[in-house]
Amino acid sequence: MAEVAAQQPIVVPDPSDTVAARIIRIAGKLPVNLFLAAIGLVWLVPTIGLFLSSLLAPNDFNSKGWWQIISKPSVATWANYSNLWNSTDIPHSLVTTAEIAIGGTVFPILVAALAGYAFAWLEFPGRDWLFVVVIGLLVVPLQMALIPMFSLYNKLGIFDTVISLVLFHTAFGLPFAIFLLRNFFIGIPKDILESARIDGASEVRIFSRLILPLGLPAIASLAIFQFLWTWNDLLVALTFARNTQPVTVAIYTNLRQFGSNIDIIAPASFLSLVIPLAVFFAFQRYFVQGLLAGSVK
Amino acid sequence: MAAVTFDQIGKIYPDGFSAVRNFNLEIEDGEFMVLVGPSGCGKTTALRMVAGLEDISHGVLRIGERVVNHVPSRDRDIAMVFQSYALYPHLTVYENIAFGLRLKKVPKGEIDQRVHEAARVLDLEPHLKRKPRALSGGQRQRVAMGRAIVRRPQAFLMDEPLSNLDAKLRVQTRAEISKLQHSLGTTTIYVTHDQVEAMTMGDRVAVMRKGELQQVATPQTLYDRPVNLFVGGFIGSPAMNMIEATLQRSNGNFEAVAGTQRVTVGQETLSQRPGLTAFEGREVILGIRPEDIEDAALEPDRAGDARLHGKLVLREALGSEIMAHFTIDAPPARTEETAELAEDVGAELTEDAPQESLLIGRFGARSRVTEGDTIEAAVDTRALHFFDPETGLGIYEGSNTKGAG
Ligand SMILES: Nc1ncnc2c1ncn2[C@@H]1O[C@H](COP(=O)(O)OP(=O)(O)O)[C@@H](O)[C@H]1O
Ligand SMILES: [Mg+2]
Repeated sequence: MAEVAAQQPIVVPDPSDTVAARIIRIAGKLPVNLFLAAIGLVWLVPTIGLFLSSLLAPNDFNSKGWWQIISKPSVATWANYSNLWNSTDIPHSLVTTAEIAIGGTVFPILVAALAGYAFAWLEFPGRDWLFVVVIGLLVVPLQMALIPMFSLYNKLGIFDTVISLVLFHTAFGLPFAIFLLRNFFIGIPKDILESARIDGASEVRIFSRLILPLGLPAIASLAIFQFLWTWNDLLVALTFARNTQPVTVAIYTNLRQFGSNIDIIAPASFLSLVIPLAVFFAFQRYFVQGLLAGSVK
Repeated sequence: MAAVTFDQIGKIYPDGFSAVRNFNLEIEDGEFMVLVGPSGCGKTTALRMVAGLEDISHGVLRIGERVVNHVPSRDRDIAMVFQSYALYPHLTVYENIAFGLRLKKVPKGEIDQRVHEAARVLDLEPHLKRKPRALSGGQRQRVAMGRAIVRRPQAFLMDEPLSNLDAKLRVQTRAEISKLQHSLGTTTIYVTHDQVEAMTMGDRVAVMRKGELQQVATPQTLYDRPVNLFVGGFIGSPAMNMIEATLQRSNGNFEAVAGTQRVTVGQETLSQRPGLTAFEGREVILGIRPEDIEDAALEPDRAGDARLHGKLVLREALGSEIMAHFTIDAPPARTEETAELAEDVGAELTEDAPQESLLIGRFGARSRVTEGDTIEAAVDTRALHFFDPETGLGIYEGSNTKGAG
């Protein structure tokens, strides 16, 4: 088949790779980028304010301005953070939150991926009706379930545990997760799955070797949404957690107890904000476009 | 490698549509069988039943000695090349080709050796580390082929594997697939709607129409002795000209009379089709292939009793020859089959005036005819085709009008 190989494109240096071309390209995008940077900055103001506040010593808070943090000599101090770490239960709450958020993300996505695959590609009686029911569950407000779940958890004896919160988040995360993943999976070309079946793959293999890797962009976005939601949740945690406090509840409790304990609230809030941000950036690289390119046609 | 046998196979889709009916076909071990027919005739459906991707509604399907009606795809030991190629987009070329072997838990060393062997045959070695999206159409097609051959299956199934390539590459790849199949000797079922592919590639060709098998034969037999109007019109490009005619005997010779045109039936045609005598005085459909029609000026030796007189409406010069489209005052054949064939090539029969037929002749490049001319065309009467207008069947043997093959 040598003739076909001769058809390969000859590699010519890309003219768009010269320094001059690059400068022109960057300059051309400058106005747009400046505009976006300005918007980003405006959005960041509260967060930056929070961070700067967390660097002020408690008795400086009312007497010093934020500019004194960046002026020399600086009044900034990490004392709030070391204090937070050593003498409050905030670190413990952060761990609890992490447990809840990770469990409340991994479980629904695992179940939803399996369910989404079944709804998209397996044939079983009543499939489409069942899917309609799942979509219907999307509109059930979780507030409705708080009281019944409260008494159910009491009966089961899992009230005030991490498990109870993970289960609750799983249950209420599932409908949307199934809906999203099913719709993504159904966009995977049927030929690819059939080809794998002929190549000798069982359903389990098709799921693990094709559906999961190809569904990664959808799974990653879903993971971020679910993680942020469970991480930031206050309502559900307030209802089901008394002693196993996630960080949102812990901050809330601090608010009520003292009034002006900003030296705890500011660093704690900032910490609880930075971690999901890190998660977002970690998963961001999976939001790749065109993962399916080149498979069919 | 194994034979594949369709025994009274039928497919009815859940919506009640009967896509394949009474399908009987024996594909021999190592044979290259082409399924051909117009789009929508059920070729893909037939192939997918062999692959186990569609349930079989009726009949028995065997691969080798084994009845596979209820065997899942993954246990049928067949490989399929999809029209879309269906490459795994997240895997490299190497991983794509190795996919099936890894699932079968073939030892690593052997996988490596077999993948490289396939890549060498298909000229894919420089691309093994690339993802499909970085390949050209022709390369993707070869990866799909590689994925099939590396598994050394009982049979290859190919569904229009060349339809996404450009014309030149298609011709090239066509030859390469044929070569590869002959060197491997693997039973192959190849689906296409392109009769040129069918004729050039198949050991035998099965022509389908509306879910039914019309004729299974070698390409030459299909061309020489089409079993019915449909096969006659489908095989050959440009398609066979078909006109209504009456058979008459004059001076001991048979003549097909259509309007004012008279074409004497040659001895060769007559000896091939003894059944014609029974049609004396009756209507038949006369088929003349464009390659049997020549500009009379270039064929001065041919007897005058094999001439058509008409008016040139379109001259398509191809360099090596000239496609002469001309009308004659003879009624065109109008049957369900000819209507379907016309639809398949996108033409409309209704534009002909009822008493006029549009014919195509392949004239020699030296022909000087121009549009608007009244022309005289010489017909090679050795290879005329005749069909019974009532049944649409070709007229061959005595009372039994069944065709060969
Ligand atoms: N899943 C299906 N349900 C109902 N009808 C179908 C289905 N798939 C194909 N058909 C119909 O069956 C006929 C044959 O289809 P197909 O085998 O794809 O034809 P071909 O490959 O010869 O073009 C077509 O008329 C098509 O509309
Ligand atoms: Mg098809």
